[in-house]
Amino acid sequence: MTDTERCPVDDLATDYDIFDPDYVRDPVPAWAELRDRCPIAHTERYGGSWMPTRYEDVQAMAKMVPELSSANPGPIVIDPPNEFRDQNRQGYNAAAPITADPPEQSWTRKALLPHFTPKAIAPERSYSEQLCNDLIDGFVDAGSCDGAVDYAQQIPPRVIASKLGVDQSRVDDFIGWVRGVLEFGLTDPELRLKNSDLIRNFFAEEVTARRANPRDDLITALCQTEVDGRALPDEVIIGMCNLQLVAGIDTTWSSIGSALWHFATHDDDRRRMADADDALWDTAIEELLRFYSPVTMARNAIETVEYGGITMEPGDKVLMNFPGANHDPEVFDDPDTLILDRQRNRHIAFGAGIHRCAGSNLARMEMEVSLRTWFSRIPEFTLGDPDAVTWAGGQVRGPRILPIVIG
Amino acid sequence: MKIRVDRVKCEGHSRCYALAPELVDVDDLGNAFELNDGIVPVGLEERAQLMVDNCPEYAVEIVEG
Repeated sequence: MTDTERCPVDDLATDYDIFDPDYVRDPVPAWAELRDRCPIAHTERYGGSWMPTRYEDVQAMAKMVPELSSANPGPIVIDPPNEFRDQNRQGYNAAAPITADPPEQSWTRKALLPHFTPKAIAPERSYSEQLCNDLIDGFVDAGSCDGAVDYAQQIPPRVIASKLGVDQSRVDDFIGWVRGVLEFGLTDPELRLKNSDLIRNFFAEEVTARRANPRDDLITALCQTEVDGRALPDEVIIGMCNLQLVAGIDTTWSSIGSALWHFATHDDDRRRMADADDALWDTAIEELLRFYSPVTMARNAIETVEYGGITMEPGDKVLMNFPGANHDPEVFDDPDTLILDRQRNRHIAFGAGIHRCAGSNLARMEMEVSLRTWFSRIPEFTLGDPDAVTWAGGQVRGPRILPIVIG
Repeated sequence: MKIRVDRVKCEGHSRCYALAPELVDVDDLGNAFELNDGIVPVGLEERAQLMVDNCPEYAVEIVEG
């Protein structure tokens, strides 16, 4: 739908629009209004969905498993038409464990988690430091850059490509495929499935190659993983690799980009981080994750669920509004102010319950390394043309064009 | 002071481990468990409280003190 076709939102409580340009730019006022007036709102747009805005409700609904399902048809807000649904495009084959309910969710998650613990992701730290320095070398002398395109967007695809063990020269393809799934493809299921197929075909070849010639990388490790004495099926491994790419790339680049946007437009905070110690970096990254939480997941009711005065019927979509929950004044003092040294920060930017982001340790490391490296090289910077800034939104929110003036 | 990590509630966010690696460690799946029977050495009480206040799953609690 183009902007000119978009109907104005008259009542957020019954007609919210997560793709509305004003909501994408700044969703905070909408959440505040809804939290007071109608804490679990509903819309008929995009096939219909429910959206909680209170922390307590989002926490509770994230734990309604499996009645609010991740598997059927999947955690994306707009479902593909029936004729496009097949076994590799939904359920645990699609992108386990994020597209699965227990028991498939449990065993696929157990296969993946050992590769993403704080200790397991340590090798990616030095890789990321070198990468961030190399990227900065590419634009620092020019005196300006696009913080989203030239920096934030370049980091997660390369880190995950390194971890998976796939060809770094394909990074531009990865970026295009992932945007085709989660950004442009979010409101265009056919485009999403086309890009999803490109990703699956790419990883199908990689899995075949690793089965024949094992290497020291994550795809090989997954090929060698056994669950209850049986090797993981290829389709499940392909789905897991799909997950790494789709869930691990534009989410993290959105967080890095939002952080750069924040510091480019908040001079006091920028100056403070230029001299920050480890403790301040720790709280600042958590606060940036809370304030600019990029990810909104979706669930599908598979039975009638009554909760908080509403009735979710089978087939209803529910948005896991983690970003909105993270601005709830019941849980966060002064929630709409970014407080770099916020000490109590029980945010759920990575979700809650059994679907907690499996890559959260990697994402946090990438945020820390990318921002600390940036500040060590570029402590002084401001926003270029503010009118040139664009944001993507819907289920992953972050800047996509971000002109930065260095110095 | 003593802390306890509820192994059922823990989902591996690792915030406690980031805030106080002297008090907790994480297992092969990234889920936290308390070190030294959860006993908090003198001087680390404040960080124990931070672990409690930053757990998204409400899985860390102070059980004594």
